[in-house]
Formats: sequence, structure tokens, C-alpha cells
Amino acid sequence: MPHSRTHSIIRGRTIVTIALATAFGLLIGACSSDVASTTVTVVTHESFAVSDEVIAEFEQQSGLTVEFLESADAGTMVSEAILTQGKPIGDVLFGVDNTFLGRALENGIFRSYKSPALAHIPAEFQVDDGHFATPVDYGDVCINYWVDAFDEPPASLADLTDPTYEGLFVTQNPETSSPGMAMLLATVAAFGEDGWEDYWKALRANGVAVTSGWSDAYYGEFMGAGGDRPLVTSYASSPVAEVIYADPAIDVAPTAIIEDSCFRQIEFAGVLDGAKNVSGAEQFIDFLLSDAFQNDVPLNMFVYPVSPSATLPALFVEHSVVPATSSTLDPVTIEANRSAWTERWVEIVLR
Amino acid sequence: MGILYCESNKVAGSYVTSTPMTRRGSSQRTTALLGLVPAVFIGAFFLLPLAVIFRETLTLSRSTVTTLTGPSVRSVVWFTTWQAAVSTALTLVIGVPIAWALARFRFPGRQLVRAAVTVPFVLPTVVVASTFTRIGSFEIGTSVWAILWAHVFFNVAVVVRSLSGYWARLDPEIEEQARVLGASQVNVFRRITLPRLQPVLLSAAAIVFLFTFSSFGVVLLLGGGRRATIETEVWRYATQRTEFDVAAVLALLQLLVVGLMLWVAGRAGRKQRHVDGVTIDHAVAPASWRHRTQLGACLALALVVIGVPLVSLVGRSLRSGNAWSTANYLRLFDDPGPSSPLADPIWEIVANSVWFAVLASVLAAGSGLLAAIVLHRVRGRIAVVLDGLVLLPLGASAVMLGLGLLLTFDTDPFDWRASWFLIPVAHALVGFPFVVRSVLPMIRNIEPGLREAAAVLGASPRQVWRSVDEPIVRRAFGVGAGFAFAVSVGEFGATSFLARPQRLTMPTAIFRLLGRPGTVTYGQAMALSVVLMLVTATAMLLIERGRGGAVGDF
Repeated sequence: MPHSRTHSIIRGRTIVTIALATAFGLLIGACSSDVASTTVTVVTHESFAVSDEVIAEFEQQSGLTVEFLESADAGTMVSEAILTQGKPIGDVLFGVDNTFLGRALENGIFRSYKSPALAHIPAEFQVDDGHFATPVDYGDVCINYWVDAFDEPPASLADLTDPTYEGLFVTQNPETSSPGMAMLLATVAAFGEDGWEDYWKALRANGVAVTSGWSDAYYGEFMGAGGDRPLVTSYASSPVAEVIYADPAIDVAPTAIIEDSCFRQIEFAGVLDGAKNVSGAEQFIDFLLSDAFQNDVPLNMFVYPVSPSATLPALFVEHSVVPATSSTLDPVTIEANRSAWTERWVEIVLR
Repeated sequence: MGILYCESNKVAGSYVTSTPMTRRGSSQRTTALLGLVPAVFIGAFFLLPLAVIFRETLTLSRSTVTTLTGPSVRSVVWFTTWQAAVSTALTLVIGVPIAWALARFRFPGRQLVRAAVTVPFVLPTVVVASTFTRIGSFEIGTSVWAILWAHVFFNVAVVVRSLSGYWARLDPEIEEQARVLGASQVNVFRRITLPRLQPVLLSAAAIVFLFTFSSFGVVLLLGGGRRATIETEVWRYATQRTEFDVAAVLALLQLLVVGLMLWVAGRAGRKQRHVDGVTIDHAVAPASWRHRTQLGACLALALVVIGVPLVSLVGRSLRSGNAWSTANYLRLFDDPGPSSPLADPIWEIVANSVWFAVLASVLAAGSGLLAAIVLHRVRGRIAVVLDGLVLLPLGASAVMLGLGLLLTFDTDPFDWRASWFLIPVAHALVGFPFVVRSVLPMIRNIEPGLREAAAVLGASPRQVWRSVDEPIVRRAFGVGAGFAFAVSVGEFGATSFLARPQRLTMPTAIFRLLGRPGTVTYGQAMALSVVLMLVTATAMLLIERGRGGAVGDF
């Protein structure tokens, strides 16, 4: 009889215990997904942030419960929404910007909703006439420079090809980075569809460095945290963040922006096609345009509210510059050319 | 001890051949029953999502064929393969001496070194990336060397951890006899030690190869757009270009190459199934100067490869406003204000990470242990297929798996997409192969006759279990759960492609902090990375302690 155990390692109760424990573990998930119609689920990208009090106030007023689901970057989020179109992960999607808007609209991930609050939002932000996507905030991607590194900083995109600034500039790969994409679009807008390629050839000859993402450029190559390049592609609000997150505290930002180098990103939200809680989702879109949310936007996401009635925090008024001119391109044009432009860019700058 | 083992081997052999048919039938049923849990786990959360995403997106249109046959795909496949082969070889070259030192010598801090080796495994690439591109003023840049070094840094834990425990329990007597008979040290290693280590070595090499073959973050970050693996291409096509058909074809290609490689490795591994009677820790204190030098050299190697990036990280975490201070750490405990990227208090973030990791470990260890038992029991062609299948989650495209999970669990009552529970499940998928692969050699190493010997000597079934099986189970949980924990706490794999409820873990919090300009957020990110290191090292030490008692038990 003992040889019947030859191949068995563990017997009897232990097996049952292990099996049950594991099966139990697998099944826990089944109990945690019961969504009532009083819940509105908001899908966002990884950089989304809002103050708890602001959401709590909305929940109290509307009787809704807000749940946030975080996706990865904006591109991934839009791709996921396209893949799950008709059976969306949530009710509202927040954070598709004008560089991805064309794709989102083309694939019909949103259902149309014209918020009454749009009435007082400036026309320049209302890019989508069908009201599938509602503008919420905007920000400018600009070249930032380390103030102490220059007697005379470059004044425009064109200046960066000047030998004076050789080897000083770091930007991001538009294939993998949202500000990198914005910088590519800024050059397309500035130099035209015929001129931008030559510009990047000249930049390459002048020693531009390229990283995959923003963090790597800002904290790795830029002077911000030990790098040695004084010019970086970042946001117009980065100098404000440098003041807020300074140690020791400082009065004047160590960085500044080149005003004539910016591309405007507008972020949109929309009710997802197939949303379970449409009315809740529409209420949430209205809330995004309310002063309560709009006032909260700058310090949480370092972007600007689209609503003219919102109050900017003092720090923003003091340390941030909204560039007088910021280039922009039509979302449909961007979507139609995006792949071709990035492929050309990679050939010119990286190969 | 040695004599008893030899005899019980013979006894076992005669028993196997005389197993009656009826027994075999019921044994098969038990095997199938045991396999149910891991089968459901792998089936529902791995195979099904992949099948769903492929069914949804896989089309052989003209554009996918053009892409697939184009020169760029060919060069991507070529780069993916050779960098994985070279990374694996380098990781073995660095890892084996470190494992040897840990296996052969007792020295103060031995457990600490074993735990510390695991730390790189969990660190977010972006945190240590700058070390790989620049040491002091020496620029490596985004060359292929940066990628290779990063791969060694992140994966050396796999080799050291899986090898050193096994190696320590190999009786060095055979080697010593060979040395006495005049064999050189190199020869002894090549002809005796290496064959004895082969099952574990092959396993570790396969895992490292799969990790580096499907490498994503390292190549994306350090490749700077100039270098791409199949996985980064899948990511680019699926998430940035929304060309799911091309992504699916590439992901399938990756799966095929990985499957082929596992099949070849499985065949090679099957030829060599001899295993030693692994019993007690044979490590000794370094007695001679020669030993001390060898030990010192191996530890120095570990220090250079793993230590440099870690020390530089700790250094950066202690810098604040051009001075040395602990300010970055203290600031982690500040109340998260309205403009803080950290929405939750620090203890909650750490607790989330640990909770996910514990769940993932339990899931991976439970289903992995059962799967290992099944693998031990089955024979023939099914065994080879299952053997490979178990490792597949390490080589499959995490991007496509994440998207597949979104498509699979989208209908009530299985709409789990908004559930936090999918996160530890996805972690457990990556931890599962580790558990199976570290448990299997141990189970195979239980001398089949050991149990009979104990029974013949009068032990009750309970006593047999306690003295023979239980230590194995404990050790299995130790090694496997350790890896599963590390995988989870480092957020490895498909989770970044799941929509996740806003529950910050340490890695996601680090990403948030590094997404903001400013010296404070940067300092906090560095400090939190060090906290992540410490939590990992502590967990590894605790797991080590937990299984430490089991080592000499049988």
C-alpha cells in the first residue's frame, strides 16, 4: 500500500485547503463590481488630479457617487476606449487632448452632449461643433530654459538652430511622449508642412538630445535635477511648479519659457457611447465646467481653466506666463498626418 | 545520510514499475482535480483574454502583411532576439558567481545580501535610468550597453535567488573528491557542478530570456526610439497609433517565437532529469585566505553591478537644496495638500502596495504549487506542453494581455474592469511561473523512497507529511511567493494597461511625483523609491526567515 503514495506530494486536507483558498481568492472579484445607477464612473489618464473636497461637494449636491478609473497615457486611454467602444469601462472619459481628439471623434467613442455651461466658454476652445467632446482645460507646451545659464536666451524656435545654442536642447520623442508630439506640431505650425523637416535636420545638426518621456528629459538631461542641458521641452506652467515645489523656498522661478515656441493643448471630456449612467455623466460634464472644478484645475494639474469666470490662484498670476501667441492645428489635420509626421521625424532625428 | 539515499532510490524504482492499473486510474483523476485551480486561473485570466483580443483584432489585411514582411519588423525581431540572448548570457555570467558565494559560504549578512539582490527587480526603470546612461561624467548614452546593463541589473535576482538556495543544498563532497583526485577547479565546475545545477540553471535562464525578450520599459526608456523590441512595437501600434491589427500580428509573432523557444528548452531540459538528493545547507564559513578572497571578489561583483545604481539612488534621496538631509523623507509624511501629486497619505500608499503584493503572492503560490504537483505527476507529451505553457505568461505581450482583459471581463456579472482585484490577479500571472519553476525541482528532489522509508520505520501519515512534505511546501511558498511579491510590489507586467481605481501604490506614486517639475517632488520620488527598496528587502528577509526553519528539518 505505501507505494500508492509514490507520486503524491501532498495529500488530503491540505490539497483541499489550498484549492479552496485559491478558488476563493479568484472569486472575491465577483463581489466587488456592483454598480448602481447612482454611480458615475470617470475614466482618466494618469496625470488627472482633483481635490477631494471639490468632488465631495459635487457628490453631495447631485446625490451621485463618483468613481475614478485611471488609464495610462492619453494615447493608451483613447485606444482602450476605441477597443471597448459601445461597452465602455466608464460613463465619462476625461483627458483626450486636441492631438488625439480627431481619433476619438473619428471612432465615435463619445455621444453628443451640449452642456448649457458651454455658453460662456470662449469659442477658441470649442473645437468640436458636434459637441461630442467638451473642452475643460488648456495648457501650452513651450521650450523652458534655465535662467542662470544664459545671458541671452533664445527667443524663438528658429534660434535653437543657431550654433550659439549647440548641444543645449533636449526634447522628447513624439512617438512616446505628449509634449514631444506637441513640439513636433509646434514646428509644423511654425514652419509649415514644407519647412518643418529642414528645421529638425538643422536641430539634429545642432546637437538636439531626445528622450522617450518628459521625466527623463526634465530630470535626466535638463538642469532641473543634475543634467547639463539648459533648454527643455516642457509646459508653460513648469516655472510655477518650480516655485511651488522648491526647497528651500524661492521667490523667483529658476526657469522661464520661450514665449515664441509654444503649442496649445486643449483637454476635453465626453460622455462615452454606451454609458450606463448617461444622466449622471452629463451632470458630471456640467460640473467640469462649474467654477468649483475650474478653480481647482490649476494647482492640481498645472493647466488653465477654459472658463473665464474661474479665479486663478495667486501663484499662477505671479509666476506663470500665458504666451501671447501659441500655435495650434486642426484636430482632423493632426489625426490625418500624425503617423506620417512621426515616422518622418524618427527618420530625420533618430536614424 | 548519503547511503540511505542511494538505497531508497533503488527501492523507489521497483515500486514505480509495480504500480497497479487501478491505482493509476484514480491517480489520474486526482491529478486532473489538482490541476483544476491553476487551469482555471491561467485559462480565465491569461489564455481567454489573449484569445479574445486576437479574435477581435487579428486580421491579415494587406497593410499588416506589408508591415510584417518589411525590413523594419525583421530588424526588430533580430534585435529582440540577440539582445535577449546576450542579456541572458551576461546575467548568468554575473549571477552564477554571486549565487556560488551565497551557496558555499556562511558569512555575516548572507541573508541580507540575498534580500538586497532582489531590490533592483522592483525598482521603476525611470528611477534608475539616469545611472545606466551616465556614470559620473562617462556617457554611455542610449547605446545598447545601457540596455544590456539595465537587463542584468533587473534580472540578476532571478539567477541568484533561484540558484543559490538549490546550490547550497548540493553536497559538495563529489566536487571535493574530484579535486583530491587532481581535477582542476575549472574542470570540476564544468563537468560536475554545472550538470548538477542544470535543471535550475536552465529554468532561471529561460525566465531571464523571456523577461528580456519581452522587455518593454527598459527598451522604451533607454532605447530612446532608436531601439525597439517586438513588445515596444506592439505597444506603439496598439496604444499610440491605434493600429490593433498590426499590434496583434506582432504579438502573435512574439508568442510564436517564445513558444518555439520554450519547446526547444523543454526538449533540452528533458534529456537531463537527473537530480541530486537535496537536503541540508552545506555552506561553510570561509576558512582560508583563498576562500575569503573568492568570497570578497564575488561580493564586490555584486556591489559593482547592483550597488552602483542603488547607492546613487540613495544618495539622490538624501540631497535637498545642495545639502545632505533627510528632508525628502520627512516630506513624505506631510499631509497631502491640494497641489500635492500624492492624494493619499504615505502609509496608505505603502499599505496598498503590500496588500496587493500579499494577495498576488498567495494567488501565485497557491495555484503555482498545485500546478507544480500536476507537472510532477504527468508524463509524456502533455508534460512538455504544460511545462512550456506555465512559462508563457512571462513571454506573452503584456500590452495585448491588458487589452484582452478589458475585452474579456466586460459583461455583468463578470464586468470586473473597474475592480481593483484584476491588479493583483495580473501580478499573480507573472508570479505564477516563478512559483512553478522554483517548486518543481524541489518536488522532483524528494526521493520517492523517502516517504516509504519513513512509513516503514513506523511514521504515521501525519508524521510523514510533517517531516517530508511540509518542509517542501514551506520552501516552495518561500521562494515562489518571494518572487510573486517582488513582481507585484514593482508593478511588473500588464497592470499599466488596466484601468485602475485610484489607489496609489508605491510605483504609481513615484510616477506621479516624477511627472511634476520641482526639487521637492523629485526628492520625494527618490525617497519613496528608497522606501520601496526597504519594503522589498524587509519582505524578502521575512520570507527568508519564514523558510529558514525548514531548511534543516529533513
